[in-house]
Amino acid sequence: MLEIKELRTLHGRKIEALRGVSLSVAPGEMIALIGGNGAGKTTLLRSIAGLLPPDSGEIIFQGRSIARKPSHRVAALGVVYVPEGRRVFPRLTVRENLEMGAFLRRDRIAIAEDLERLFHLFPVLRDRQKQLGSTLSGGEQQMLAIARALMSRPKLLMLDEPSMGLAPLMVEKIFSVIQEIHRQGMTLLMVEQNARKALQIAQRAYVLETGKIVLQGLAKDLLHNPQVQHAYLGIE
Amino acid sequence: MILQQLVNGLTLGSLYALIALGYTMVYGVLLMINFAHSEILMAGAFASCLLLGSPWLQSNSPGVAIVLAMLGGLLISALLALLMERLAYRPLRRAGRLAPLISAIGVSIFLQNAVFLFISDQSLAYPQIFPIRHFETVGVEINSLQLLILGVAVGLMITLHLFVNRTRLGTAIRATAQDASTASLMGIPVNGIIALTFLIGGALGGVAGALNGMYYGTIKYNMGFVPGLKAFTAAVLGGIGNIAGAMWGGFILGILESLAAGLLPNGSDWKDVIAFSILIIVLLFRPEGLFGRHVPDKV
Ligand SMILES: Nc1ncnc2c1ncn2[C@@H]1O[C@H](COP(=O)(O)OP(=O)(O)O)[C@@H](O)[C@H]1O
Ligand SMILES: [Mg+2]
Repeated sequence: MLEIKELRTLHGRKIEALRGVSLSVAPGEMIALIGGNGAGKTTLLRSIAGLLPPDSGEIIFQGRSIARKPSHRVAALGVVYVPEGRRVFPRLTVRENLEMGAFLRRDRIAIAEDLERLFHLFPVLRDRQKQLGSTLSGGEQQMLAIARALMSRPKLLMLDEPSMGLAPLMVEKIFSVIQEIHRQGMTLLMVEQNARKALQIAQRAYVLETGKIVLQGLAKDLLHNPQVQHAYLGIE
Repeated sequence: MILQQLVNGLTLGSLYALIALGYTMVYGVLLMINFAHSEILMAGAFASCLLLGSPWLQSNSPGVAIVLAMLGGLLISALLALLMERLAYRPLRRAGRLAPLISAIGVSIFLQNAVFLFISDQSLAYPQIFPIRHFETVGVEINSLQLLILGVAVGLMITLHLFVNRTRLGTAIRATAQDASTASLMGIPVNGIIALTFLIGGALGGVAGALNGMYYGTIKYNMGFVPGLKAFTAAVLGGIGNIAGAMWGGFILGILESLAAGLLPNGSDWKDVIAFSILIIVLLFRPEGLFGRHVPDKV
């Protein structure tokens, strides 16, 4: 579904944040991308989403090159990015945030149905429909950001550190929601600092270090890989 | 007396408010002051004035002629604003904050001189196509021109308010103003939204220019400067970037100015001083404006 080949992305002229990254995502898969701070995970997702044009390499989505497409066109093709830090629209209501997720859709009836389904998945959003985005807690904002992305009916959903800064209980909740979304057939590419959790729910995983993929494989194998255990799982 | 100044202030204020919307909407999405906006209203005034004097409109009834002339002003100004964005600002989008400001001043000088050279370097009389009737109640006089201005301005503002707050595209404008890159992740074409705010601001400015010409009876190539600066003051007063704030700011400024003009000795000499003192005081002590909740949340 998504095929990335030898992707290089620079910040400014000098900082080479991605140094030839290749990865692939098949339909229906959940892929985890782990790596330390500053490894280039966000840069990779932003490059795919069209927010940061890569300097070289290929990004093929469903047979089409999207490497130099602007972000709103990439979104229109069904590649939707839930950014790091959630980026809920602070002065739009929860409901308006969700409506913006469906900006490109015209099928009013199906939009209303999706809204209903998402309210079922995230009951707290139904209760807070009329509140401004900025008044939600961190966990609620993350739910809103994910729900907003789902309103566009994405083909590939990219999540950037969905559990960042959340209380343990909320982390559990977010991961179980992500699993539920995956069960319903969504293809996911997820960046996480919480490597253990990510590897537990993903099928395959990539490990990124200073702009390069250093390891890849089945998530359950990586969970038992000594190198990964040492660097990312805190096991000596 | 005070009531009378209030009526005058509301009329003036509604014009400031219409113009202020153009400044504030563009600032909202681009964090840039379009200093050439004053020439947008000048263009609207000239376009409508020339249309009214042209043979096409002569045969129409005054009501139809006025509507068509205002539509003409609206169209020309909206197109001009779009062109400005495309040619003078978009190429400088990544060039820091000073470059577009200088470009705006360049556009402003260019447009004033174009009108100066090709249309007129003198004041032109704005045709008065309907006899102005005066109405009086409870000691307050209001004339048909003031009613027209208030009606058109308030009608446009209500329409804009509904558009921005109740429609999908209006919500997309607000989303883009709050966080453009995230808006683009929802498929919102940010460049299109920016162009749309110029278009709307230009249309409102064009109508305001036409009404301004009718109100004062004359137009000139540099006529945009003072009302432009006053409307900018109104936008700052209401919190630049805040749409409702710009409307309130316009009315407050118009009323304060008219009260000063009516109540102070030699008041009309003072009204510009009052307006620009307000600008300086607000910028110094409350740069976020009276209703300022707009803190640019762009990173
Ligand atoms: N906007 C930026 N400008 C310059 N350098 C950046 C920018 N964003 C990230 N970087 C650098 O790029 C590298 C990768 O960052 P990032 O993709 O955010 O990593 P991660 O998401 O894995 O923590 C880091 O060295 C970071 O300092
Ligand atoms: Mg990151």
